[in-house]
Amino acid sequence: MEMIVNFLTSPAVIALVWIVIKIFAVIVPLLIAVAYLTLAERRVIGLMQLRKGPNIVGPFGLFQPFADALKLLSKETILPSGASKTVFVIAPMLTFVLSLVAWAVIPFGEGMVIADVNIGILYLFAISSLGVYGVIMAGWASNSKYPFLGAMRSAAQMISYEVSLGLVIITVIMAAGSLNLTDIVMAQKGMWFCIPLFPMFVIFFISTLAETNRAPFDLPEGESELVAGYFVEYSSMSFALFFLGEYANMILMSGMTATLFLGGWLPPFDWPILYVIPGVVWFVLKITLVLFLFIWIRATTPRYRYDQLMRLGWKVFLPFTLIFVVLTGGILLGFGLLPQ
Amino acid sequence: MIAPFFFYLFAIMTVLSGLMVIISRNPVHSVLFLILSFFNSAGLFVLLGAEFLAMLLVVVYVGAVAVLFLFVVMMLDINIDEMRQGFKQHMPLGLVVGLVLIVELMLVFNHDVSHTNVLAVEVTETRSNTAMIGDVLYTNYLLNFQVAGLILLVAMIGAIALTMRHREGVKRQSISLQNSRRRDETIAVVSVESHVAPNILEDSRAANKKLQ
Repeated sequence: MEMIVNFLTSPAVIALVWIVIKIFAVIVPLLIAVAYLTLAERRVIGLMQLRKGPNIVGPFGLFQPFADALKLLSKETILPSGASKTVFVIAPMLTFVLSLVAWAVIPFGEGMVIADVNIGILYLFAISSLGVYGVIMAGWASNSKYPFLGAMRSAAQMISYEVSLGLVIITVIMAAGSLNLTDIVMAQKGMWFCIPLFPMFVIFFISTLAETNRAPFDLPEGESELVAGYFVEYSSMSFALFFLGEYANMILMSGMTATLFLGGWLPPFDWPILYVIPGVVWFVLKITLVLFLFIWIRATTPRYRYDQLMRLGWKVFLPFTLIFVVLTGGILLGFGLLPQ
Repeated sequence: MIAPFFFYLFAIMTVLSGLMVIISRNPVHSVLFLILSFFNSAGLFVLLGAEFLAMLLVVVYVGAVAVLFLFVVMMLDINIDEMRQGFKQHMPLGLVVGLVLIVELMLVFNHDVSHTNVLAVEVTETRSNTAMIGDVLYTNYLLNFQVAGLILLVAMIGAIALTMRHREGVKRQSISLQNSRRRDETIAVVSVESHVAPNILEDSRAANKKLQ
């Protein structure tokens, strides 16, 4: 008995339990946010198109996400006979897990972060560059035409836009002088990076649209020509995992935008009175703002053609961001503004 | 207690997935196992305290190189039985290469490397290894760094030169041409007599004349 108590109160076990609690404190609100993001998207697009959107299930349609989830849970999981079974099952899990693990380094407030690592931004970039595997594995394992075409498109698109995404991140790192996300947020005290680095902010936002396969870059799942792209063959919970992963990725990318350009948990002005409101609230507000932009763009812009998408990524964004990296470095060096 | 556990986990997974790369019959599965072994090596780097290198390994190899690899392997129609045919013929050569590598590795491990000073900077607690890599890379090894970049540039230009060809009769979109078009250059309003069958040829001629 005493041994068990000793074991349970040993520092290693307590640290482990504390980490698990922290992880749940991030993941549970995140999943609820994902559920309500799907509802918000349908309602907002509905209002923009002068419709009502889902408003029947529960007050204001608030229980709609749970109804959808229950429906998906009760459906049959279909494994296509020609599919490569293991890869087919792993792909949606991978997408979903990757969209969750990235949250480990995002700071929600002063010191409110699961892992305050020195290379937080690189970790985020690495995880987001892995996202392509879920898509490409799903497309290949389905052993079917449309998913394969969708996966090929998606892989090419995500790699192309990752290049400009990386260069934008480099300008932010140069301006902040650190790879640590908490330091990057603290460097924006007084002025958010979206003001001096405004062109980079715009390019970053457009690249995140392409990275998350959202409109107007939703070619991988272009329903008019590819049915639903890489998840045509998926049903039930495996489909739901893709869906959850996609929306969690959207929130993650909004969180990244908020952290890198909109000052993370910092209030808009450096006034003491604004610090009364906790940092988490500011952070969530900023994420909501960026998510609203995502939805707004989906409701207003037509889909890009594939060659136009590639042209934008390689011939417009890549040279522009490269020039801007050199320019930012030059200005920081020339005016002695380099962070120590 | 936790570090050795993770070391053995990552190490065993690296070796096993490396083995699966050459064993598995499906080339796409091979590439996926290769990615898994990259990933586990990144884990080993993290355990060594070289988190910058670990992230670089994931970003460069897993995030970019292996994706293109997977891309190519998926596109190629590889016949596995055909690939198996040369197995016996090539085995002696493979064994010799493997033997040479093992001997070299043993020599490296037997030779005491702890005295040779390979580090150009002092390892300190306060400076992160990212900053230290930067210190060395952009000072002592600047030339090597630039030459490596140049070699990559040459390879890139070579790849572009090999694949670029101008085909005749391909319609291309010219954004600047589209944007510089004006309404009166492209649209002509022609008055057509009503209740009369239109003479399409005449009308289009008239329109063309108007545009010129």
